This record gives sequence, C-alpha cells and structure tokens, in this order.
Amino acid sequence: MEEQILLMDNITVIYPNGFAANKNVRLACNRGSIHALLGENGAGKTTLMKVLFGSITPTEGQIYLKGKPIQFRDSLDAIQHGVGMVHQHFMLVDELTVAENLVLGMEPKKRGLFDFDAAVKITDEIAKKYNFEIDARAIVGDCSVAVKQKLEILKALLRGAEILILDEPTAVLTPQEISELFVELKKLRDMNHTIVFISHKLNEVKSLCDSFTILRNGQVVDVGRIDDFTEQELSNLMVGRQVSFEISKDAPKSEGRELLRVQNLHYTNYEGKQLLKDVSFSLTDGRILGVAGVEGNGQNELSEIITGLRRFSKGDITIDGSSIKNRTVRQIRRLGVGSISEDRMTYGCAPNMSVRDNIIADRYFTGKYSKGIRLDIKAIQKDTNALIKQFDVACPSPDSMAGMLSGGNIQKIIAAREFSSDSKIIIANQPTRGIDVGSSEFIHSQLIKMTREKGASVLLISADLNELIKLSDSIIVMYNGEITAYFEDASKVTDVELGEYMLGVKKMSTEEIGRALQQ
Amino acid sequence: MLEQFLTLDYLIAFLISVIRMSTPLIFCALGALIASHAGTINMALEGIMLMASLIAVVFSALTQSVIGGIAGALLGGLIISLLFVYLHLYKQSDLIITGLALNTFASGGTVYLLFLLTGDKGTSRLLQSLSVPNWHIPIIKDIPILGKILSGHNALTYIAFIAVFLTYILVFRSRLGLRIRAVGFNPNAAASVGISVKKIKLQAFLLSGLFASLGGAFMSMGYLSYFARDMMAGRGYIGIAATTLANGQSFGTLLASLGFGAANAASITLATLNLKADLVAMIPYLATVIGLVIVSARKLAKARKKGQVTD
Repeated sequence: MEEQILLMDNITVIYPNGFAANKNVRLACNRGSIHALLGENGAGKTTLMKVLFGSITPTEGQIYLKGKPIQFRDSLDAIQHGVGMVHQHFMLVDELTVAENLVLGMEPKKRGLFDFDAAVKITDEIAKKYNFEIDARAIVGDCSVAVKQKLEILKALLRGAEILILDEPTAVLTPQEISELFVELKKLRDMNHTIVFISHKLNEVKSLCDSFTILRNGQVVDVGRIDDFTEQELSNLMVGRQVSFEISKDAPKSEGRELLRVQNLHYTNYEGKQLLKDVSFSLTDGRILGVAGVEGNGQNELSEIITGLRRFSKGDITIDGSSIKNRTVRQIRRLGVGSISEDRMTYGCAPNMSVRDNIIADRYFTGKYSKGIRLDIKAIQKDTNALIKQFDVACPSPDSMAGMLSGGNIQKIIAAREFSSDSKIIIANQPTRGIDVGSSEFIHSQLIKMTREKGASVLLISADLNELIKLSDSIIVMYNGEITAYFEDASKVTDVELGEYMLGVKKMSTEEIGRALQQ
Repeated sequence: MLEQFLTLDYLIAFLISVIRMSTPLIFCALGALIASHAGTINMALEGIMLMASLIAVVFSALTQSVIGGIAGALLGGLIISLLFVYLHLYKQSDLIITGLALNTFASGGTVYLLFLLTGDKGTSRLLQSLSVPNWHIPIIKDIPILGKILSGHNALTYIAFIAVFLTYILVFRSRLGLRIRAVGFNPNAAASVGISVKKIKLQAFLLSGLFASLGGAFMSMGYLSYFARDMMAGRGYIGIAATTLANGQSFGTLLASLGFGAANAASITLATLNLKADLVAMIPYLATVIGLVIVSARKLAKARKKGQVTD
C-alpha cells in the first residue's frame, strides 16, 4: 500500500469579497511520486498553495501530513515539517554566492564568524548527493535561470524537504534544460521524495508526472493517473471546453515594404557589459517575426531600444524608413510603433489609474481628445467605451483601477490601446505570459489580425516556444546578445532545434544569419 | 599671507586637525554604512549623535567617570534609535519623515534637558563633566613629524579607526553581516529562509546608532569638553554622504570621512585668516554637495558614453 504523505481535504477558501477561490478541494499525494497540479491561471492553484503554507486560513477543510492533521503558520514552519517550495520568482540574493544563498539562515560558524569554506563544502556535498552540478563559489546574479532553479531546489532539500512543490518550474527553461531538470526530479522521486508539480504545459506533465489533480474555477474536476489520459483529454478538462492547440493563420500577405530595419545594432549597458552585439534584421509588412531566446540574452534590451526606452550605442534602427536615433518615446510612437511590454505593471499600464485613462495614455494629447488645456471627456468616454467592448475587457466600470483586474484583462487593456492606434509595427514582448488561456487566444488572434488584415508587422518576443513557432512567420534566435540563428520559415522549426541555438550549443554561419536582413 | 600656511608646522597642525575633525564623521559614517547594507538609511543619525553627546556629558558629570560618560552616550543614542526603530519598523512610519522628526526632536529635546539640568540653554559648561583622555602611542610618538601627527589624539579617535576594521568584519565576515546584506539586497529571499527582516533591520539600526553615539561622545568629551546646542551641525548627514560616496565599502568610507574631515579642518584653518567667517564655515557642506555631485556626474557620464537612457 502506498503511503499518502500529504492530504488536503475538503479545502474551501472564500475571500472577503465573496469570491470562492477554492471549493471543497481535495489534493492527495503519495510518497515517492510526482503529482501534477493542473489548471489555468486563476483556477485556484495559487490559493491552494497559500493554504498549504499557512498564508491563508481556509474557510473550511483540513490538511494532513503523514496522516496527522496539521496547520502551518508560514512557509518556514512548513519547511521545518519537510515541505519545501520552489517559487516561480526565485527567492535568491543575486549579489551573494551560491554557497552563501544555500546556507543563509543556517550559516556554518567558525570562531564566531561566518565560515565560507564550510558553506562551500556543504554545497558541494549536497549537490553531489542529489547529482546536481553547481558551482558553489559563483555569484548567483551571474548564474543562468536553470542554475538558480537548481539552487532553489537544493535550498529546500538542505532544509530537509521531503515534499517539494515546484510552481511552474519550466516556464523559464529551454527544452534542453527542461529535460535535465526532469532527470533530476525523477532521481529525487526514486530517492523517495514527493514532488508536486504545478503546471499547465501538458506535454511536460505527461512525460514527468505519475498522477494529477485538475482544478477549474476553484473546484477539482478530475484526479487520476497520468497514463490513463491523453494530452487532449487533460486539456479539455483543464479549460472546460474543446481547445484547439492549433493557431489558424493565413499565409502572410506582404507587399515587401520594410517597416522595421535593425542594422548592426550594438548596446553596452551602464556597467560596461555588452548586451547586444551587431544585431541586424528586417521585418516587412504583414509578417510576424519571432525572437527566441532564454530570458536575459538581449531580447528585453532590444525591445526597449526599439520603443525608445533605452539608447543604443552603435548601428541604426529605422521605422518605415525613418531612423529612431535621438527620438523620444513619443516621437517613436508617432512613427507607428506600438508596444506590449514584458513588464505589464511597470511599462504596460499605470495600475493606480482607471481603465479609461490607461487606454488613452498614448493619445490624450492629440487634437481629438484635448481642447486647449482641457480634455474632451465626452469624446474620451465614447471612444474608450467602444474599445473596452471591442477588446472584451472585463471590468466593473471604465473608471475601475487597472491594477485591480486580472492579468489577462490588464493585457486586454494594453491591447486595446496598442492595437487601436494605427501602429505599423507592434513590439510584443511576452504578450501572453501568465494570463489565462482565453485571453491568450484573444491576444494571439489580435496579433494575427494586425498583420493579416491591417498589414502591420509584429516583432514577437516570447519564452513560450509553442506560441513562437505557431504565431511567427520567421524566427530569429538570440544568445548572449547576438543573433545565432535565422529560420525563414517558422513552420519548419522544432522547439528542440530552437533550444540548441538558445543555449549556444549551435550557431549558424554569418551568411545564414545575414538573411534576416533584407538587402 | 599665504606663505605661513606652507610651513611644516602649519602642515602638521592641519593634518592633526584633519584626523580630529574626521573622528565624529568616521563613527557616524560607519553607522550609516551598517544601515545601508540592510537596504535602508538611518536618517536619525544626526539626532542620535546629538542626544548621545548630551547624555555623555550628564553621565560623566554624575558618575565622574569617563566610562560612565561613554555609557551615557550609548544610552542617549539608544533612546533615539529605539524611538526610530519603533516608529519606522513597528509602526511603519515613513523613513525620511521619522528621521527628520527625531532629529528636530533631539535638537529641541537636548536644549530642554540642558535647561532643566543647568538653567543654561546654550552649553553645559556649568556641569563638571570629564573628557576622554588623549593617548600617546609608544614608539610612534618618538618618530619625528609622523609621531606628532599620529600620536596624542583622543582615545576615541583611535577607537574610530579600529571601528573601521570592526565594521568590516561585522558586515562582510560575520553571520549577522551576511544576514544584514541578504536583507538589504533581497528581503524576500531572506524571509523565505526564515530570517526575520524586521529583526535584522532592528539590529542594524541599533548597531548603526551605537557607532554614531561614539561620534556624539567624541564631540562633547573630546572635541569640546562640554555640550553645546546643535553641536552636530549636520555631521549626521555628512556621515551618510561619506558612505554613499564610498558605495558602502568600509575603507572607502574611512577615506571619504577623512576627506570631509579635511574640508572641516580647512574651514577652521582658513577662519584664522581675514576671510568672511560665514563663507568659510560653508566649506564642509559645500564639499559634501560637490562630492555627491562628482560621484553622480561620473556615473552619468559613464552611462551617457554607454548609450543608456539618462533622463
């Protein structure tokens, strides 16, 4: 008989505003297994985990650990009982070394002082025990995302975690790093650790997990053994309707007009680190160009430079023939650049302002909306109400604060603004990250509509390789600030192939990469 | 007129003055350094030093012991520190506003206390308080010139230099220091491994206040032999500037403090000339502003060169 190590029984959470985030949820995990907790964003996975870690007291229900009823005060209390969590946002101090991060809070001591050598030894020992490769003396800030994640897992293991909860751990990894992680996780399972794997990527769940629980709208819709279900079945259960994995789009109708041209672009940041090296590519009307790459390989800098938030060091960028050199953000926008920023809450919207104000943020000063020193409120109301409807923004009122809405709805506000301003080119940086499937589909269809119907171009930067391959017409891969690959036809690329270039294992010849730039 | 400044004796006197004037700044800057590594600013340093210098005088007069006076300084500094910590960390009051409020409070409060105790609102000269003795360092004192410059200073001056090493070890080599830096860099990460951010900040603020208190003690038991109202004259803020200039590095902080000390010494030396006294008194503050502007201008120039957005 398998031992049930964790049982969350009949958990109900009703928030003060009356919203029931969890309704009679039951989550059971067996020792030495990998259990998938599946569900869309907003399905209640996060709430359930907050209940487990004691940051929310459930309205109803009981947690049992190894058969005994328990209630953790906080994540620390949970760790002391052998339950560890690897967050999506790493809880690491970038400025300190791997070893220092690992032992933080339980530092080895010698003659009253911190013993760094002992910390290194502890790191090497635990890394060896679990077969993780990690450099104890490296500064965490210089490490790759994959290494940081390993460090987070080791942190939990060092503190005696028997149950490890991983919150969407693969969202930031390349296919190669994912398979490495899976090997390590399976080894942990074989060492009789229990893993709760939170995800909505079903192919990964299929290849890794033993059993699953699916949440939808705060309720358990199904539990079972992974092997008994197909990906399609799991996906339908998750979303509650038939989902199509395919994104349908027509062939691009391009007139061959070059809307964006980036030529020999160099960018060195304030610390003297060169983040973009000789980047050249061009983008013609009606096409979507995907940019693949592990986060932090220059994609954000590229998008911020094209939208005018950063200045480049050398090279040139032209929008429909005009150089953006020495132009301000507003001037660049007036040239026809729209932007969906990767950082939704900082650059995408003003969270404390109303939905309406956010929609007109790029046009309130135009003659259409401002008369002398005053704003034409009537015109603003009329147009924003229409956009809210057209872009399906679910908000209590146009005057609601944008920050109160869900990620998907905030992204729709941004889309309503950026897609309605007659942009010739849209820089879409992680446009669907962390938003629900419905909103993602909507954003995808809007991006396709912009190119296929309005003849605009889209530069799509995304860590989601599926999205990238399905939406893009062509793809470039960035590694270490350089373009390392160019694929003329995105439909002929696999994610594994992209992964090899993303990790810098392979690099195309200068001539092949040069094709990204039209002569 | 100028040649009298170029004599050896004047130079020696000037360097002695630099070391002397730097002492309170070093203590205060070290206090600011500890707080800065915890990711915060100890805005109450000015008030902490002021209160420390008054209580030092009172305690040394009461106990007739130098140690008693130093203990008084630490206690005086602790009072303001605890108030600061309570309001800022436990009642979540604004850092800057609370610091400024406490500095104003210390400014008025010390005068009030002084008046209660002595009936004088200006200085504590009526109290029979003691001074911290000067130390003559064996061997070094016999070296020509160097001995004159380095030996015979107030004991607290030597302690200030030792304190630079102590804070280095505290911040960069101790477990508490590692935790302080972890909290300063990423409080969430520290909290996730069970470090109480509040407790670490509390310890950092209190340590910060204790170091600065010694600077306060120096002012009323070394630099002068009595307390005078508002005698810190902005040293608490200059200390924060020194750490900022040095980017939180211990020995850089020492150098920056010596630099500001030199500006202080220059203003005193030049005051003996027939220059406008008000203008000369401005030198240390002008030096602070210029120092901060230079550091930030250099950062900006670097950023411009590298093509980063600067506005």
